[in-house]
Amino acid sequence: MTFFNEAKFLIKENIRDYGMYIALFVILLTFSILTDGLFMSSRNISNLLDSAGYIAVLAVGMTLVIVIRHIDLSVGFAAGFLGAIAAIFLTQMGVSVYITIPVILVFGVIAGLFNGFLIAQIGIPAFVATLAAMLIFRGALLRVTERTGTIIVNDEKFNALGNGFIPSLAEVNGLHLLSLIIGLIGILLYIYSEFSNRRNKIKYQFDVVSKGIFTMKLILVSAVIAYITWILAGYNGFSWTVVIMLVVVVIYHFLSTKTVLGRHIYAVGSNPEAAHLSGINVKKITYIVFGSMGMLAALSGILFTSRLQSATTTAGTLFELDAIAAAYVGGVSSAGGVGKVTGAIIGAIVMASLTSGMNLMGVGISYQYIIRGGVLAAAVIFDVMTRRKRG
Amino acid sequence: MSEYILEMKEISKEFTGVKALSDVNFKVKKGEIHCLIGENGAGKSTLMKVLSGVYPYGAYQGDIIYEGTVQQFNNISDSVKAGIAIIHQELALFPDLTVYENIFAGNEVKRGAFVDWNETIVQAKKLLQKVKLKVNPETLVKDLSVGKQQLVEIAKALSKDVKLLILDEPTAALNEDDSENLLNLLKDLKQQGITCIMISHKLKEVISIADKATVLRDGKTICTLDASNEPISESVIIKNMVGREIEDIYPKRTNKKIGGEILQLFNWSAYDVELGRNVVKNVNLHIKKGEIVGIAGLMGSGRTELALSIFGNPNAYKLQGELLLHGKQRKLPHTRDAIKAGIAYVTEDRKGNGLFLLQDIKNNVTAANLKAISSNGIINDNEEIKVAGEYRKSINIKASSLEQNVGNLSGGNQQKVSIGKWLFVGPELLILDEPTRGIDVGAKFEIYSIMNQLISEGLSIIMISSELGEVLGMSDRIYVMGEGAIKGELAIEEASQEKIMELATQ
Repeated sequence: MTFFNEAKFLIKENIRDYGMYIALFVILLTFSILTDGLFMSSRNISNLLDSAGYIAVLAVGMTLVIVIRHIDLSVGFAAGFLGAIAAIFLTQMGVSVYITIPVILVFGVIAGLFNGFLIAQIGIPAFVATLAAMLIFRGALLRVTERTGTIIVNDEKFNALGNGFIPSLAEVNGLHLLSLIIGLIGILLYIYSEFSNRRNKIKYQFDVVSKGIFTMKLILVSAVIAYITWILAGYNGFSWTVVIMLVVVVIYHFLSTKTVLGRHIYAVGSNPEAAHLSGINVKKITYIVFGSMGMLAALSGILFTSRLQSATTTAGTLFELDAIAAAYVGGVSSAGGVGKVTGAIIGAIVMASLTSGMNLMGVGISYQYIIRGGVLAAAVIFDVMTRRKRG
Repeated sequence: MSEYILEMKEISKEFTGVKALSDVNFKVKKGEIHCLIGENGAGKSTLMKVLSGVYPYGAYQGDIIYEGTVQQFNNISDSVKAGIAIIHQELALFPDLTVYENIFAGNEVKRGAFVDWNETIVQAKKLLQKVKLKVNPETLVKDLSVGKQQLVEIAKALSKDVKLLILDEPTAALNEDDSENLLNLLKDLKQQGITCIMISHKLKEVISIADKATVLRDGKTICTLDASNEPISESVIIKNMVGREIEDIYPKRTNKKIGGEILQLFNWSAYDVELGRNVVKNVNLHIKKGEIVGIAGLMGSGRTELALSIFGNPNAYKLQGELLLHGKQRKLPHTRDAIKAGIAYVTEDRKGNGLFLLQDIKNNVTAANLKAISSNGIINDNEEIKVAGEYRKSINIKASSLEQNVGNLSGGNQQKVSIGKWLFVGPELLILDEPTRGIDVGAKFEIYSIMNQLISEGLSIIMISSELGEVLGMSDRIYVMGEGAIKGELAIEEASQEKIMELATQ
């Protein structure tokens, strides 16, 4: 029984971290049953992940913004506007895709730094500063698409980002080989990092979970990765969107957990005054976080434009709220200082799953909004309750 | 009906194991000015909070007899209804509203369902006359000086037919003219039959105005002095305030080696832009290598402000004067410059602005010096654990693991984490602001031992403390601050509780 007691204890202690995984599992299971397995089909999961992509990258940046106790409302139309600029570069100006993408990302950084300037330097509340920026980007988007209306993008390489898949190399029993290999490498890397982590902890006499739980966790996570890989390999394999999403998560996860910069971001979020007194440059951190948010907004705009293969006059509408919702569902705390990048991705997938599942079931759009609102409220209530319990 | 308007009988109040008040008796006659005196933490504010209903009936033991009947105040509005008004040190006014709106805030003059603004202004004018404040009632409160704002507060209290007025250090932020004015006004109000309780640290004021003075110490009533029997004298008050025996809980230092000057300040002043006044005034001070210099003084005497003005000036005061480190004039515009220059500051409010409560011990210990455990911006986890582990051992942080959240530690251990964090930046000068506030005796002793250990390793320490015993027990030299200025410097041999208190209450 000690195994179960330990498992129970761990879940209780880490309910904040595990909560959203459990929620995601419940949602997936529910929809699978309600749709007779259609929900977990290769094609649907692949579409679901692709449609989560442009919100997920925003949610990653938004998590860090919320961690330092700010908010960014401008990211939706910033994504829309920068996506339109990308379309203009590619079509009307004939710029190569390899130049367009980095230039757009730099534009995004500049836009973010401007928000950072208003907030850190002038001291305007982030809500107001980014609300102003949101209106400005919305106007700018209408301005650049006014003459032409929707701008159709014909660049195949660019469109592949939102619709294409990584090359297969070879088919094995109708499965996508490269995807299988990537999945396998992922599992091996995961197991290796868990083992070395555990070895380190034991070396420094930190608490580690028992062998049983450890093995259990390894098997569980590996199985999940294997299952997702297998499902995706059964359709067209990993899409470029999924690959980009994974790269963003890996980079931001590393930045936020392993670097001085990440430590400073969380320090500023958990106690700005103490951070200031510790010699941390709070303004600089604010600039960096908003600059990164701007860059991810540009990336989101690129993914969305590419997915639609066109830039529209309304692109980016409500993206910011979806991203904020995903970040909260992913466990970021409104009090600052708490929230993981990995959580943001899970949050985005939870929200995308709800949409996808309800679409499959033919739930009306009115109910969809109500249910998604309910889930968001539940996530924040959960946050407040677990925080209160900790005292 | 008795001659007393207020009798507080055997009042006791406990905060999770700590007795803040034990069997306090406090009687106030109708129409007198009664001063309440005591060191920081003697229980004055707690007693007044009990009286005004901040701690509701049942949260304390004992009886409050007010105007002849036992009162059961459940909240502040109950006591206000009974005619008791408190004016706190931090004024509770709305700076962006006018004087007349402030006077009647929460007590609006109504006709039917609507506020009668004309009548409000007429009545406000009358009240302003009563408190002898000559301003247009339509002035915004933020445009008034602090002294005038205080008068608006009193007018506000008068608007509620106050019978018992309580003032908590009303002259702390006032200049001499304004203080004089205020004291005269209190005498006038006394003529009009209003009873007054005044908490004050300025003994000269107490002597000039009080009919009676009650001294509290360690949550107990020590004595009540009556000016009609014999004039109240400073020496009697101070004797009663400090009469505590100093226990010998201070570890002895064996080899004192005092070296050259580390820090010198000449005519050092700091102007707080938000408050609109100098919080540090013309301070001259020096600290030598291997010295513990105590800075004594009452709360609000500018000690923390002085420390912050040295430590990279995070509150952006306007600074004047010279700061010398090792004899060389320096400017430290940011906290990070101060840290680089070898200064560390352990804050007085460790939960508020000292620690990252949601993070674990190792993150806190390394937070001010991540450079030392990282290369190219990437943190070396093993190095971090090693460093944190060393501090855990050397300053004896008691925790289940280095990964325990600091928010879950006891006060003493939190303080040790704070100290560890600042030792890790490798300072020459460590400023400790109230290093033992809110921690138990055992942990106090450990902190003192750590201080001695650091001194023997060649550090210098500035210790800001309100605890006289600690200042006398640990320091090599003592500065006493009051109203932002250094009121005196005492060598440890000549220092005593009385002398410090005398300087601090000047």
